[in-house]
Amino acid sequence: MGRGGDLKAVESTSTSALDPEHDTFPKLVRDNARRLAGKVAIREKDFGIWQAYTWSQYFEQARLIAQGLAALGFARGDRVAIVGDNRPQLYWAVMAAQALGGVPVPIYQDSIEREMEYIVEHSEARFAVVEDQEQVDKLLGVRARCRHLQHVVYGDPRGMRGYTEPGLSSLAELSELGKKFDVSHPGHFDAELARGAADDIAIICYTSGTTGAPKGAMLSHRNLITTARNAARFEGLREDEEVLSYLPMAWVGDHVFSYAQAIVMGFTINCPESAATVLADLKEIAPTYFFGPPRIWESILTSVMLRIEDAARPKRALVHFFMRLAQAIERRRLGRQAISLWQRLLYPLGSLLVYGPLKDNLGFSGVRRAYTAGEAIGPEIFLFFRGLGINVKQLYGMTEASVFVTIQRDGDVRLDTVGTPITDVEIRISDAGEVLFRSPGVFQGYAKNPEATQQTLEGGWIRSGDAGFLDRDGHLVIIDRAKDVSRLADGTMFAPKFIENKLKFSPYVREAVCLGQARPCVTAFINIDLAAVGSWAERRNIAYTSYGDLAQKPEVYELIRAEVERVNASLAEDAVLRGAQVKRFLILHKELDPDDEEITRTRKVRRGYIAQKYATLIDALYSGQDRVQVEAKVTYEDGRTGTMRADVVIRDVGAPAPVSR
Amino acid sequence: MTGREPLLEVAGVSVRFGALIAVNRVSLSIPRREIVAIIGPNGAGKTTLLNAVSGFYHPFEGRIAFEGRDRTHLSPPDVAALGIARTFQNLALFKGMTVLDNIMTGRLLKMGGSFLLEALYWGPARRQELEHRAFVERIIDFLEIQAIRKTPAGRLPYGLQKRVELARALAAEPKLLLLDEPMAGMNVEEKEDMCRFILDVNHEFGTTIALIEHDMGVVMDISDRVVVLDYGRKIADGPPAEVRSDQAVLDAYLGVAHE
Repeated sequence: MGRGGDLKAVESTSTSALDPEHDTFPKLVRDNARRLAGKVAIREKDFGIWQAYTWSQYFEQARLIAQGLAALGFARGDRVAIVGDNRPQLYWAVMAAQALGGVPVPIYQDSIEREMEYIVEHSEARFAVVEDQEQVDKLLGVRARCRHLQHVVYGDPRGMRGYTEPGLSSLAELSELGKKFDVSHPGHFDAELARGAADDIAIICYTSGTTGAPKGAMLSHRNLITTARNAARFEGLREDEEVLSYLPMAWVGDHVFSYAQAIVMGFTINCPESAATVLADLKEIAPTYFFGPPRIWESILTSVMLRIEDAARPKRALVHFFMRLAQAIERRRLGRQAISLWQRLLYPLGSLLVYGPLKDNLGFSGVRRAYTAGEAIGPEIFLFFRGLGINVKQLYGMTEASVFVTIQRDGDVRLDTVGTPITDVEIRISDAGEVLFRSPGVFQGYAKNPEATQQTLEGGWIRSGDAGFLDRDGHLVIIDRAKDVSRLADGTMFAPKFIENKLKFSPYVREAVCLGQARPCVTAFINIDLAAVGSWAERRNIAYTSYGDLAQKPEVYELIRAEVERVNASLAEDAVLRGAQVKRFLILHKELDPDDEEITRTRKVRRGYIAQKYATLIDALYSGQDRVQVEAKVTYEDGRTGTMRADVVIRDVGAPAPVSR
Repeated sequence: MTGREPLLEVAGVSVRFGALIAVNRVSLSIPRREIVAIIGPNGAGKTTLLNAVSGFYHPFEGRIAFEGRDRTHLSPPDVAALGIARTFQNLALFKGMTVLDNIMTGRLLKMGGSFLLEALYWGPARRQELEHRAFVERIIDFLEIQAIRKTPAGRLPYGLQKRVELARALAAEPKLLLLDEPMAGMNVEEKEDMCRFILDVNHEFGTTIALIEHDMGVVMDISDRVVVLDYGRKIADGPPAEVRSDQAVLDAYLGVAHE
């Protein structure tokens, strides 16, 4: 593997010059350990208490892990799979691998064996550092087919007592080994650390593409350090930021926020106690810098609304009144319209009664800047959080760009754009309407995949695959995935994701898939949001047993039909898209699931696969049937598969607004 | 079977309620660190036997020895002080208290000190409280119930309440853990979780476990030994595979007429 010669040309701009004492992450951590020795680098909630580790402990722990790996025969260039929830030990393992000139390869912790096998085998990982027994079991299951994998190291010893497989050790044992190695090879670590250089590969992030096998995007220390620093300066980040590290470590976003930027800026990251406690931990930490994809913002909003619906009537009325006010003000503010005196006077009262307490309760009282990215966010959701006084902004980024491409600056936030390019990023729109960009963060290519690299990189420019344009003020606007924009049979333009996002803005719709390419009209598969629709049903005394049962209730179909009609009404306002209204829909009998390969782990719809898997449903949508039988294969969490049979109802949607009852 | 020193020795124990003999001269021994399942049809006397061991009932004949010492006639608090903890067939949690407080009650036996110091939360009382809390947090971590630490127990779904009850029993640091139908009413996934926790408790803490269970798959998977009761009598006792093919057991479960 390693970087191909042709890829060297990618590195461009002069601003990415780094001095050789500070040109890799381990060197920067060493520097932090001296400069900020007693400052907290990382906290983890464990046994009910936030346990803190300083920058000097960070460096020392990572050094011991590195020495332990070295004792096991770790060589420069070796790849280390990293699997688990956000844990200090795993971040240290990332640094340990880099310090020895190796490359960490983080893998999504909820991957099933087959996915894990592909990445471990493709990256040729010799080592794996994982969180616990669950991940060990998966790796042992695939080890026979992964020729390179020799050592598996686990953090949590629980349940591991009976394991006698060779090549298996705990992190505690590894650190002990490291201490001994330190005595016998005192200069080894420092020498290896010094050999690291800016253009070494720092990480391989496997992107769960919506088509085909995952691709391993290789990012160098230079890519990440320069981009992390540029974005931090662009946004005025400080050393005293607090971040909650709750998004998967395998996702480049977490790597940049919780590792690269934390190290470059010297700020503190906080690891939640478990995936189930994230919202409670968020409240305790009250981060200053927060990142959440739209689905996180949606789920926070949903949980707030559910609690408000359960509150007493006067309270409910109060909250609704002030939330409407806040959103109205925010809408005018974003549209650069004047705010009336009346609104100005009421807002402080709202802060006192609703916005302040709510913000505090959610853990957003200390947020200086928060971001949403990855997908379009619903305007209502965006306005809700901004209305509360939380500085949520949109950003646009990609793994291949070390995340940051554009960010909305403070005071320049819009509903429909993703902001302006950050320092050293250039954007161009191709003749076909595709967004191209170039920056110091542009990656070093896909591991062992020159064809894909060639398709993505053109003379130093990255083809984003997104269709978009730059508006008058230099803001980037994203329409849809370029390859998904197509036409209906009659030539009307059809941008599926655009319509799906509008549908998903409804609290009752969790996922939507629109169909229409070369078809007479647009139709949609809907996944309802079980929590929201479930609560709606309970309030109406509609009994149900499971997702599948609730999804097929006639009342739920009525509810969703109203939502689809609302979307159609908004599409009708757009001259280009008015022809692409949803004519028929069905509610899927099961939730789209990454384990079934219907969506990616970052919840992007895999159209090709769905078209193939649900061909019967699509035929039924276009043949005028009003109900269809479907058989679906489901994959359980342990990798077993089963078959599910269900009856699915199909509904027509009237084009005009519904007749009032 | 292993020649280990038995932790619990039940010898010829009978329990009667008036004319009804619920447990009839049952003898069994539970070696240290083993998981022993007690099975049998409804009304076979399983829970009664467990109640006799934990001191709720006193045997009418026979003797019970724990760690080699006779303790046939001890009361439940004394039994608990010896190091025997249990969970109940029909949950017995304090529904209005949080999960954390429920588990803390499991530490009560280990707490000493004066009422006044406790009330003031001062000096040794404060230190003691912190130590107990730290121990309880280890159990919360072990059973993966961090997210419900502050939730009132009564609001939790049944499967989780079962887990909280197990946590409370573990908080007493028992040598012997008696589980009365730990998996009753659970779905397959909850059962698998519970099995894993029981095995982990056994492996990590070295706790000896006696459990009553109906799900034969579970019993065969996790227990080192199976004791079968029928109409108050012990009809089989041995490794799972052996017991499964025992004719008397098959008859008891298939309902052959008794003379």
